[in-house]
Amino acid sequence: MKRITIVATLVLAAALAGCKSTPLNDVPVENKGAQPTTQQPTQSQVAPVQTGADEGTAQGPRNVARIIYFDFDSNVIKPEYQAIIDGHARFLKANPQRHVFIEGHTDERGTREYNLALGQRRSEAVRSALKLLGVQDSQIEAVSFGKEKPVDPGSTEEAWAKNRRAEIVYR
Amino acid sequence: MIEKKLWRRRDLVALAGGMALSAVCWPAFAQFRVEISGVGLTQLPIAIAPFRGQDAAPQKIAAIVQADLERSGQFRIVDGASGANLDETSRPDLTPWRQRNADSLAVGSVTRLADGRWDVRFRLWDVVKGQDLGGQSHAVTVGDLRVAAHRIADYIYEKLTGDKGVFATRIAYVTKSGNHFNLWVADSDGENAQSALSSNEPIISPAWSPSGMQLAYVSFESRKPVVYVHDVSTGKRRLIANFRGSNSAPSWAPDGKSLAVTLSRDGGSQLYTIDANGGAPRRLTQSSGIDTEPVYSPDGKYIYFTSDRGGAPQIYRMAPGGGNPERVTFSGNYNVSPAISPDGRWLAFISRINGQFKLQVMELASGTVTGITDSTADESPSFAPNSRLIVYATRQNGREALMTTTLDGKIKARLAGQGGDIREPDWGPFQK
Repeated sequence: MKRITIVATLVLAAALAGCKSTPLNDVPVENKGAQPTTQQPTQSQVAPVQTGADEGTAQGPRNVARIIYFDFDSNVIKPEYQAIIDGHARFLKANPQRHVFIEGHTDERGTREYNLALGQRRSEAVRSALKLLGVQDSQIEAVSFGKEKPVDPGSTEEAWAKNRRAEIVYR
Repeated sequence: MIEKKLWRRRDLVALAGGMALSAVCWPAFAQFRVEISGVGLTQLPIAIAPFRGQDAAPQKIAAIVQADLERSGQFRIVDGASGANLDETSRPDLTPWRQRNADSLAVGSVTRLADGRWDVRFRLWDVVKGQDLGGQSHAVTVGDLRVAAHRIADYIYEKLTGDKGVFATRIAYVTKSGNHFNLWVADSDGENAQSALSSNEPIISPAWSPSGMQLAYVSFESRKPVVYVHDVSTGKRRLIANFRGSNSAPSWAPDGKSLAVTLSRDGGSQLYTIDANGGAPRRLTQSSGIDTEPVYSPDGKYIYFTSDRGGAPQIYRMAPGGGNPERVTFSGNYNVSPAISPDGRWLAFISRINGQFKLQVMELASGTVTGITDSTADESPSFAPNSRLIVYATRQNGREALMTTTLDGKIKARLAGQGGDIREPDWGPFQK
């Protein structure tokens, strides 16, 4: 009964994320020994899962954020995002058959092609950080959308801060 | 500043012919506005009489010719309404035109032929000398009526200025409506737009092949930037660069046989050349910084490109096979998006000045740089094939718009439509 519940939850999670390309039998459900530690998360905290090797979903590791934000004109990964990198690195090392896209983005200031190159620099910074933790290069593709896909279409400092980002996307 | 507004109906008939229309929000009207600023302009005064029969035709030929000439910055329009009774067969009394200080007069007619096509004829008069300067006749389908008008404007332009006109050329541009993107091919005035590509993901950096038959561009339809080459008349397209990482910034070599592109397949954004039929790329630059936005000089001697190898983005040039680059821009700490005029004399680029992005023009022989706009978000300059105008993208009243400008910045015209942002212009070559 418990098993069914877990499967149902995973099916629902996959469906909600709208991932059509990953077959459900790729979703690891056999590892009964590895359960997420039950913590009471505070609103602001991101807690990477500390359990067994291949825990995760079609979208990658559970309970690990997948967006890293950058300062203006910077591709430096700030310390507060290291936990995200760690979480994805652990997942990718435990699942060497999984592949991930790192999508770099910029804010709207500047020209399209130059911003595309700046976004590429951000995605490659995340790729390097993952490789440093032992992830295979062949598992990661770093690409850029430049300023073409803003999260927030506004022209304020707040909007720009949301748009300067790298997204970790499992496809 | 003088402002003039003309509203013209888009040629819907021509659009319906060639393609499947998607539910794209594109404008039923396009606004065309010429702004004239500055003093000391030398402009040729010309009167364009209404073409006889044009009220029955779906396009107002005289108005299209007039707008073309006006936008070029080389002409001042003298009211031609009183010539409504004239056509190309008339021997007009030139005295009243002389009194109105018109140096030239264009007259003509539009007639529907038995087979449904239209016969557009015109004649140009030198008012001062009382001379017949010749004329043209075009038998065209309804969809090509605007092209006939542009060819007439080209004839007048060349006859009176000695330079080749660019009105019968084409411009490619991209619109964004909501989350829908369209790559358009339009007349040089932005009208008569036909969709070449429709996508739910961004399209950037269209670049005409030297033949004017193909467009290279970057499409994100596979959730990453890849470079296509697209045959405009057939709609057939092929992947040119779809390597690991990002593929972008296509630019045609002058012979049309290869393209320069920016690839990140070996890490970082670096320049490569690739055969126009695809195949293995050849690396041109080896820097630890960003190298992108390659463009060939028209004589093929250089590739100009943007690089931040010196710490901030500047424009450099190097031999087309690679080699030691030479820095071209020195003022400021953000100079990008180089475009070289077809006559090889001018470099247009975008400079960040006090946080604003401004179109600049450098005379290459002297290195003199001139800012020619008042706008703050200029992008993507591209020269007309006669090197006399630049089309560029900018922001006006919160919307993205296209403008043309003379190289001195004195005559600007907006090519924007309504209902969506319009961006990424590339001016095509002379039509064969």
